[in-house]
Amino acid sequence: MTPDTAPRRRSVTGDVLIVMGRELRPVVSDPFSLVVGLVQPVFFLVLFGPLVATDAAPEPSPWAWFVPGILVMISLFGTASTGSNLQYELHSGSHERLLVTPLTRSSLFVGRALKEFVPLVAQAVVVVLAAVPFGFRPHVGGAVLGLLLLGVLGVGIGSLSYALAIAVREQDWVFWTVHQTVLFPLMILSGMLLPLDDGPRWMRVLAQFNPLTHVVEAERDLFAGHIATQDTALGLLAATATALLGLFLGIRALRAGTS
Amino acid sequence: MISTDGLSRSFRTPDGGEFPAVRDIDLSVARGESVAVLGPNGAGKSTLMRMLSTLLPPTRGSARVAGFDVSSQSRFVREHIGYVGQGSGAGHHQRAVDELVTQGRIHGLSRAAARGRAAELLSLLQLEPLARRKTQAMSGGQRRRLDLALGLVNLPPLLFLDEPTTGLDPQSRGHLWDHVVRIRQKTGMTIVFTTHYLEEADHAADRVVVVDRGRIVADGPPELLKQRSAGHTVTLAVPDPVAARRLQALLATADRVRAATAHGTAVTAKVDDGRTALPALITAARDHGIDVVAAETRTPTLDDVFLELTGWSLREAGAFSTGEAGQSSGAQEDSA
Ligand SMILES: Nc1ncnc2c1ncn2[C@@H]1O[C@H](COP(=O)(O)OP(=O)(O)O)[C@@H](O)[C@H]1O
Ligand SMILES: [Mg+2]
Repeated sequence: MTPDTAPRRRSVTGDVLIVMGRELRPVVSDPFSLVVGLVQPVFFLVLFGPLVATDAAPEPSPWAWFVPGILVMISLFGTASTGSNLQYELHSGSHERLLVTPLTRSSLFVGRALKEFVPLVAQAVVVVLAAVPFGFRPHVGGAVLGLLLLGVLGVGIGSLSYALAIAVREQDWVFWTVHQTVLFPLMILSGMLLPLDDGPRWMRVLAQFNPLTHVVEAERDLFAGHIATQDTALGLLAATATALLGLFLGIRALRAGTS
Repeated sequence: MISTDGLSRSFRTPDGGEFPAVRDIDLSVARGESVAVLGPNGAGKSTLMRMLSTLLPPTRGSARVAGFDVSSQSRFVREHIGYVGQGSGAGHHQRAVDELVTQGRIHGLSRAAARGRAAELLSLLQLEPLARRKTQAMSGGQRRRLDLALGLVNLPPLLFLDEPTTGLDPQSRGHLWDHVVRIRQKTGMTIVFTTHYLEEADHAADRVVVVDRGRIVADGPPELLKQRSAGHTVTLAVPDPVAARRLQALLATADRVRAATAHGTAVTAKVDDGRTALPALITAARDHGIDVVAAETRTPTLDDVFLELTGWSLREAGAFSTGEAGQSSGAQEDSA
């Protein structure tokens, strides 16, 4: 073993890629872990879908309405718990080991958050393909854009989850309490599974303030091939804002927690 | 390699006060030294290590580590040290080899060089068969060896080990130290480690720094520290507790004996020189009709030294609550 003499330049992008690569490695070496996350959405698709499909089926086709909702549901339920992994690493000492390396501080957070993109899009592709035999006919270009949008939302939800995990690192039960309390209202008030159009006015008003509502509507437009609409623009805005807010809060929490 | 000046760290307590975990540490460590930081739970060992490795900013004082200031040049410090924390450093879903390669990439190695380094370290620490195993499926000793490997990836001139063997069985502990001692001989690396096992400090360190309630209370080679607690301990066993109490009373007034205590059927006496005292004490006992059935002379251990310095036995350190340490620290200040 000889000491390294190579000059060391640090690029934040390089560091982000290293952290992202580390986070993705267990997923890649054990893709079965993704299947576990798919069980719930596939049940929804198979058991819930036919009910929605026969009843007050909104336009244009019941599946075109229902599948994008399921996709947003995966991004919500699959990603919101990801902070618990970080919480584990905060307690076990492996996060500390990364902190004591020359990695740029923000890359530790950004790399983790961006990693959420990959498993989420992979799961979404599986759900979309699984829905095709039921009669789902997505517009290909729109679907690709829809998946990207979903990835951005996932980064946002993942960051918020990480930020929460860091903020309540000393009391892990708080993490799960917030998680349980917030997820269901967000889901119902986004119209992802049940249309809100006939709901009471207060629900429709609240839904307008829920970024997920706009992402769900954008996804429906995109998968139907309506790409340049006001809804898709709003959805993109909502997802991007969520991601930026999450990254901001997360980096701030990490800085506060390690000084 | 390390020099600190009044290095201190306080933590805010829930009631709004300040708890001084590390107080006014002036420590200097030369290149190639192996230093054991010894102290009971809550003494401030980890806080000191975390400040030296840039994980925790000092609230007062300064430190230069591996040639750089821990506060203003923390990234350079991190490039030049290895740090094995008290917790387990490898992610539990990660495979051993992947964590090592990532660590190499973090330290600026190319992918190929990082793989090469990982392979070298796996072989050095006899972890080759476990390279592709997830760390959650490893034993405590194996995981600790992986942590050590992770700390060595950048071939640091200075290595920090925070309680590297706590929680391991004696065999794994010995095994880990064999590796550390061998690596040190090979590389001349400077090592600073914490422990509350005295044998480890005695065995692996050239120098022992005893820390109690955030302060250094003793600093020197293990032999010197043991000599400071001068003299020997003689233990005499007698047939029954009554005889033990009689012998204790007899020895307490004897010339050569500095102190004598009785526990059950044994009497322990502190003397200056055990070799001359032992026969004399046995003869004195016989003269008073007390049978001595067994006798032993012991040189002081670091535990005896520690007890003298701090009033705490390291062996009982588990009973030492960190909260109480905070409350009693004021009263202890004068004696320290
Ligand atoms: N982050 C922290 N916040 C508050 N108190 C702390 C923190 N870290 C350590 N302490 C306190 O500082 C003291 C020293 O702790 P530590 O350095 O971990 O001791 P040791 O490693 O010697 O067992 C303890 O009383 C501990 O409770
Ligand atoms: Mg400690």
